[in-house]
Amino acid sequence: MFPLRISGLCCQPNGRIVLDGLDLELSGEGISVILGANGSGKTLLLRLLAGLLPADGGTIRWGGAARPDGRLAMVFQQPMMLRLSVHANVEFALHPQGLSAAERNARTNHVLARVGLAHRAGDCARLLSGGERQRLALARAWAMRPRLLLLDEPTASLDPSATEAVERIIREIRTDGAKILMSTHNLGQATRLADDVVFLADGRVQEHESAQRFFARPQSAAARAFMQGELPWRIAFDH
Amino acid sequence: MNMRHRNSAWLIALTVFGSAGYLLLADCDPRLLEIVGLSLFVSLSALCIGTLLGLPLGAWLAVSRFPGRTALVVALNALMGLPSVVVGVLVYLALSRSGPLGSFGLLYSPTAMVIAQSALVLPLIAAVARQIIEDAWQEYAPEFSLIGIGRLHAVGLLLADCRFSLTVATLAGLGRAMSEVGAVMIVGGNIEGYTRVMTTAIALETSKGDLALSILLGCVLMTIILGLNVIAHALRTWASRRYG
Amino acid sequence: MAHRFRSLILVLGLLLGAAQAGETLLVASTTSTEQSGLFGWLLPKFEQATGIKVRVVAVGTGQALDIGRRGDADALLVHDHAAEESFVAEGFGSYRKDVMYNDFVLIGPRSDAAGVRAAANASSALRAIARSGLPFVSRGDRSGTHTAELRLWKDSGVDPKTLAGYKETGSGMGPTLNMAAATGAYTLSDRATWFAFRNRRDLDVLRAGDPLLFNPYGVIPVNRARHPHVKKEAAERFAQWLTAPTGQQAIASFRADGQQVFFPNAKK
Repeated sequence: MFPLRISGLCCQPNGRIVLDGLDLELSGEGISVILGANGSGKTLLLRLLAGLLPADGGTIRWGGAARPDGRLAMVFQQPMMLRLSVHANVEFALHPQGLSAAERNARTNHVLARVGLAHRAGDCARLLSGGERQRLALARAWAMRPRLLLLDEPTASLDPSATEAVERIIREIRTDGAKILMSTHNLGQATRLADDVVFLADGRVQEHESAQRFFARPQSAAARAFMQGELPWRIAFDH
Repeated sequence: MNMRHRNSAWLIALTVFGSAGYLLLADCDPRLLEIVGLSLFVSLSALCIGTLLGLPLGAWLAVSRFPGRTALVVALNALMGLPSVVVGVLVYLALSRSGPLGSFGLLYSPTAMVIAQSALVLPLIAAVARQIIEDAWQEYAPEFSLIGIGRLHAVGLLLADCRFSLTVATLAGLGRAMSEVGAVMIVGGNIEGYTRVMTTAIALETSKGDLALSILLGCVLMTIILGLNVIAHALRTWASRRYG
Repeated sequence: MAHRFRSLILVLGLLLGAAQAGETLLVASTTSTEQSGLFGWLLPKFEQATGIKVRVVAVGTGQALDIGRRGDADALLVHDHAAEESFVAEGFGSYRKDVMYNDFVLIGPRSDAAGVRAAANASSALRAIARSGLPFVSRGDRSGTHTAELRLWKDSGVDPKTLAGYKETGSGMGPTLNMAAATGAYTLSDRATWFAFRNRRDLDVLRAGDPLLFNPYGVIPVNRARHPHVKKEAAERFAQWLTAPTGQQAIASFRADGQQVFFPNAKK
């Protein structure tokens, strides 16, 4: 399944060119964070990798194969919350894996405990707060034991403490052995989580560096401009 | 308008219709109770059948893609306007002794009425359910496909997820069943003490020129329909507070 | 879910069972006999005498004959002598027996601008209505009353279809009377329905007792040779009871609005 090689990827949903010959290679370990301005194609790239829509050009190779041979999960910016219990919102996702009822139940309880929702297992998912919903969505993805987990802006509208809880869970999922590819706006989050950073602009990868090097000194002009725009906020947050 | 005001409006309406109904029930002969009971039995049975078949049918249609599906959806929507007399005549021809199902001897019986009303409410429930579930499906489809949820499983999940919105489909079916007269008149025959229901009794009293009694019976029918809707509304309010 | 479905089937089963328990007879008859209250008066007596429960589907005579033709009723009590005879002749009915008669009455506004009261007989009364151009509502539903009305028009030499004021309601006697009352129109009704009718407004009986307005009812058991499932014995007992002295007396003692509206005339 890895390395994941993307070459010349083009996509123009509704006629608007968003990805224009994107090249990227990702290893099977760690957390890769996609940075980029609004509309730079972060979400679109994740959806293309998830196979939710066809590309208009280019290729995606999973360790040489056309299709991933490991499980893939994705958490959307606004995750689906069925009007069922918190427990059922995780458990249903395990059905396609052909597990026994006991095993589904055990796995569900396990992940709910690890995301701190065990005490709310019987409540309706629609009654959860934004942070709890995001944790539930992560639990659902985690329970599926994915090899690659795609996260689209997982903390977009969360307060700092909810954000911290989500970041802790993301680290734990990585420790469990999943490769994580996530998009974010939050530079502070990127510095906290990223092993490597993918910077998108003008429909291409402008820079793909280890987090350390990227944040020390971005190479591309576009990334520098992006960082500068965000910098004052980052300093305020870090101090 | 806040919740309390709305609730009191319901209450007032219920009291007005209820008292009209009560006066009649208290005054009139017990045969009226029999008619009311049969109305409820026939329409609620038809509603059960229509719901049990219509919801899965609507859900299946919502998540399926096959050639001719659009035509089927349009046809189903059109069937919401199916005239009850047409259903009555078709069921009559089917159940008549000279018809294909004649050997069962079901014509002019409550069972025939249940069959006709089921045929009437099934497309209505299926069509409304299809729309509700398709809207939810469009929202959930990406996540379902990533998780690998199969079509049948998706139908079950969507039905469970939309259960509160789907009460509207069921209520629409109930209204249709309780208020129609064309089908039950033809296949039931309006036989006194056996197949006479509220609507056919109203039609009969009107044709006897007893308009006052017709109106009173109409009030009783309205009260019952209103009462059932109040119950459904209360259940839904309670449930959505409980389940979000 | 499976449980709910099972109980539903159970209920339906009970219902089917209930429909078949005890002897019941399905009689297709006319709105006049049902709506006047005659059946409400006769059937309990018949049930007491024989233990047979009668269910009545009240429709127009034409439809009642059709129900019999399809085998959906066990016996008929209708009023269209010619059609009844051909029903039996075609083999759908075992036989036909005279039961009773009443008469048709010409109904119209009390003011009677057309002069129906002054006419020499029923057919000249219709000619008077035709001349006046005043509205006349017809059943238009192949019922016994409708065919009697058409016979009367034929007698009068007027083709009602050519009249501007002639309207066919396509419905039962009651709705037709409601329409006549609302529009101040003339119409032909059977006496029984008229006397049981409540929404008369300005309408009144303008002509009655005319020989041309004679309205005989007959009973016909549906022929088992055509429809093997019909309840032959019960249907024949019904026909016998109606035409025997007890039944005939019961018919004679029935009152609608204080009036005798049906006159027994079974042959001895």
